[in-house]
Amino acid sequence: MLQFLTSFPSLLHSAVIFGTVIMLGALGEILAEKGGNLNLGVPGIMYFGGIAGLASTFMYENVYCANAGKTPSVVICVVLCLVCSFAAAAFGGLIFSVLTTTLRANQNVTGLTITILGSGVGNFFGGSLNKLAGGVGQVSVETTSKAFRAYVAPLVTSLDSVTGKLGLGTLLFSYGFLTYVAIVIAIVLWYFFKKTRTGLCLRSVGENPGTADAAGISVTKYKYLSTIIGAGISGLGGTYYVMVYIRGTWENQKTIESLGWLAVALVIFATWKPIRSIWGAYLFGVLYWAYFYIPNLTRSSQEIFKMIPYIVTLGVLLMVSFRRKKEDQPPASLGQSYFREER
Amino acid sequence: MHSTSKEPLFHISKRDGISRPKAWGIRLISVLLGLLVSGIVVFLIVKLNPVSVYVSMFLGNFGNKGRTWNMVRDMMILTCIAVGLAPAFKMRFWNIGAEGQMLVGGIVTAFFMIKCPTMNPVLLFICMIVGSIALGGIWGLIPGFFKAQWNTNETLFTLMMNYIAIQFTSFCVSKWENPFGSNTVGIINSKTKIGWIGNMFKAGYNSDFAWTVVIVLAVCVLVYVYMTYTKQGYEISVVGDSENTALYAGIRVKNVYMRTMAISGAICGFSGFLAVSAVSHTISTSTANGRGFTAIIVAWLAKMNPFVMILISALLTFLDKGAVQIASDFGLNEYASQIIMGIMLLFILGSEFFINYSVHFRKKSKEVA
Repeated sequence: MLQFLTSFPSLLHSAVIFGTVIMLGALGEILAEKGGNLNLGVPGIMYFGGIAGLASTFMYENVYCANAGKTPSVVICVVLCLVCSFAAAAFGGLIFSVLTTTLRANQNVTGLTITILGSGVGNFFGGSLNKLAGGVGQVSVETTSKAFRAYVAPLVTSLDSVTGKLGLGTLLFSYGFLTYVAIVIAIVLWYFFKKTRTGLCLRSVGENPGTADAAGISVTKYKYLSTIIGAGISGLGGTYYVMVYIRGTWENQKTIESLGWLAVALVIFATWKPIRSIWGAYLFGVLYWAYFYIPNLTRSSQEIFKMIPYIVTLGVLLMVSFRRKKEDQPPASLGQSYFREER
Repeated sequence: MHSTSKEPLFHISKRDGISRPKAWGIRLISVLLGLLVSGIVVFLIVKLNPVSVYVSMFLGNFGNKGRTWNMVRDMMILTCIAVGLAPAFKMRFWNIGAEGQMLVGGIVTAFFMIKCPTMNPVLLFICMIVGSIALGGIWGLIPGFFKAQWNTNETLFTLMMNYIAIQFTSFCVSKWENPFGSNTVGIINSKTKIGWIGNMFKAGYNSDFAWTVVIVLAVCVLVYVYMTYTKQGYEISVVGDSENTALYAGIRVKNVYMRTMAISGAICGFSGFLAVSAVSHTISTSTANGRGFTAIIVAWLAKMNPFVMILISALLTFLDKGAVQIASDFGLNEYASQIIMGIMLLFILGSEFFINYSVHFRKKSKEVA
C-alpha cells in the first residue's frame, strides 16, 4: 500500500500522457456527435493522423535533411507534423461525410469501414517506414518527438524543489505543448457549444435536423464541417500517441485501434461534455495504468484490471439511461442520417 | 427575365423500385471501380503492374487445394457471424458486439477442450456447442435487456461488451497458457485432436473444413426460414420498421428485443465454437480478429439475406487472402489487404445510394444572354 502511495505522482504523470491521447480522440468525436454523426471511424482516423504526422516528418528529417546535410528545423518539424496529421485525419472525416451525408449510407457501417481502412493505411505505411529504417521499431523522428515532448525545465525543477516529494512541477508542467492544447480545445469546444450561436445551431442539427432545416440552418454544411474538423482533432490524438506516448516511432500493433475505441467510450463517459472529458480522460489513464503500480499482481489479474475502464463506461451508460436527465442524453438524432424528403 | 432562384445543378429523387439486373449492375460497377481505384493505389505505392497483382491475388485464393479450402473455410466463418447479426439488424438493433459474442463462445469451447479431454466425445461436443451458444446468447441478451427496459443505447453498449470479452480472453489465455510463460494457449490437443470437429466421426484432416461448410450452410437456411416464414421473424421485421406499429399490433416489443438479441448472440457464440473447434484449435484475442466488425458490413450490404451474405463474404475473403498473397509475393506487408478491403467497401457502400436514388442533372439552360 505504501509503495502504491509513494508511486502515486508517477501514476498520475503516466495517466495524463495516456489521457491526452484519448481526450483528443474524444473531443473530435464529441464535435461530430453533437452534429448527429456517430463516427465509429475514430480509431481509423487516429491511425490516419498518427501515420501522416510520422511519415511527413520522417521524409523531412531523415530523408530531406539527411540528404542535404542540414539539421532539421524544429519549427518546420512541428508545423509539418500537425498540418499533415490534421489534414489526413480530416480527409477521413470527409470520406465519412460524403458517404453518410451526401450518399446517405449507414453511419455505423461507414465508420467501421473507415476504421478498417485507417488501420490498414497506418500499419502498412508504418511497417514500410520501419522497413526503410532497417527493422521493426527502427523508424525514429528524434527532432520532432523531442519538440513534442519539450517543456520548460527551470519551471519544473524550481517547483519540484519547493513542493518536495509531491513533485508538483513534474506533475503539472512536465508535458509537451499538445497536452495543454488538448485542454484548451476542450474549453473552446465548451464555449462554442454553450455560448455561441453557431454552436447552438450545430446542437440543434444533432438534436432534430428537421427542425433545424426548417429554421433555415444548412444541415449538410453543419454536418460536414463538424465531422471534418472533429476528425482532424481526433487525428491529433493519433499524432500525440506516436510522437509522445511511443516517442516518435511506429509499432505494428493494435494499440491505436483499442485507444480509439476507448476514446469513443470516453465520449459516453463524459456524457458529450468537453469539460468532463478532461478529467474523464485522466481518470481512464489512472485506471489503465493502475495495474502497473499495484505490487504483486499476477498477469491474469492485470488483464482483469484493464477491463475496468470499459466496465466504468458501461456503468455511466446505464446511469444515463436510468436517470433520463435531459442534459446527459446523447444528441437525439445521433447515428441517423437526415433526408429532407423523408421527414 | 431570369428568375432570382437558380435551379440547382442536379436534384435527387427516391426511386420507386429498381429492376434486379440494374441493381446488380450498379453493384458490379462499384466493385470494378473499387478494384480500379485500389489497383491505382497499389500501383502508386509500389509501382507494380496491377494485373500481375490481381493474378497473384487469384492464386492466393485458388492456387492449390489447401488455399482453396482455407478460403472457403474463412468465408464460411465470416458468413456465420454475419448471419447471426441479421436478426438483430432486421430489428434495427445495432449489435456491433459480434466480436465479443464470438470470443466468449470460443472461450467456452476452449475451456471444454482443455479441461475435459477424457469426457465422452459426443458429450464433449454437446457441452462445447451448448456452452458456446449459451454464453454468446447471454452476452447478447445483456444489452438487449437494457435496451428493452431502459432504452440504453445498444451501439455503445455492445461496443463496450466487446472489450470486456477481449480482456476476459486475455485473462483466460494467461490462465491456460501452454507452454508456461509463452502467453499463448498453443494448439489445443494437437496430438489427440480431442474436441476437433473433424475428429468427431474419426475422419481425416480436411473433414474439419467440410463440416464447417455443411454446418454454416445449415445455419443460413435455418435463419432464412426463421426470418422469412415464422411469426417471430415477422415480429422482428415489424419492430424494425416501426416500434409504434408493433406496439399497436399487440407485439410485446420488449420480449422481441430480448429474444432476438439472445438468438443473435447465440449464433455469434456458435461461430466462436466453429472458429476454435474447426479452424484454429486455439484461443487468443485474435480468434475474432476484427471479423466481428467485418461481419457487420457483410450483413448490412447483404440486406440481411443469409445467401447474399455468402457472396459478400466470398468477395471479402478473396480480397483478404489475395492481399496476403500479394504481400508475400512482392514483399509488402500484409496490411495492404485492409487498405484494399477498405477501399472496396467504401465503393460498395456508396453504390447503394445510386440503387435507392436517381440523380437528375439540370438540363442545359437555353437562355444564355
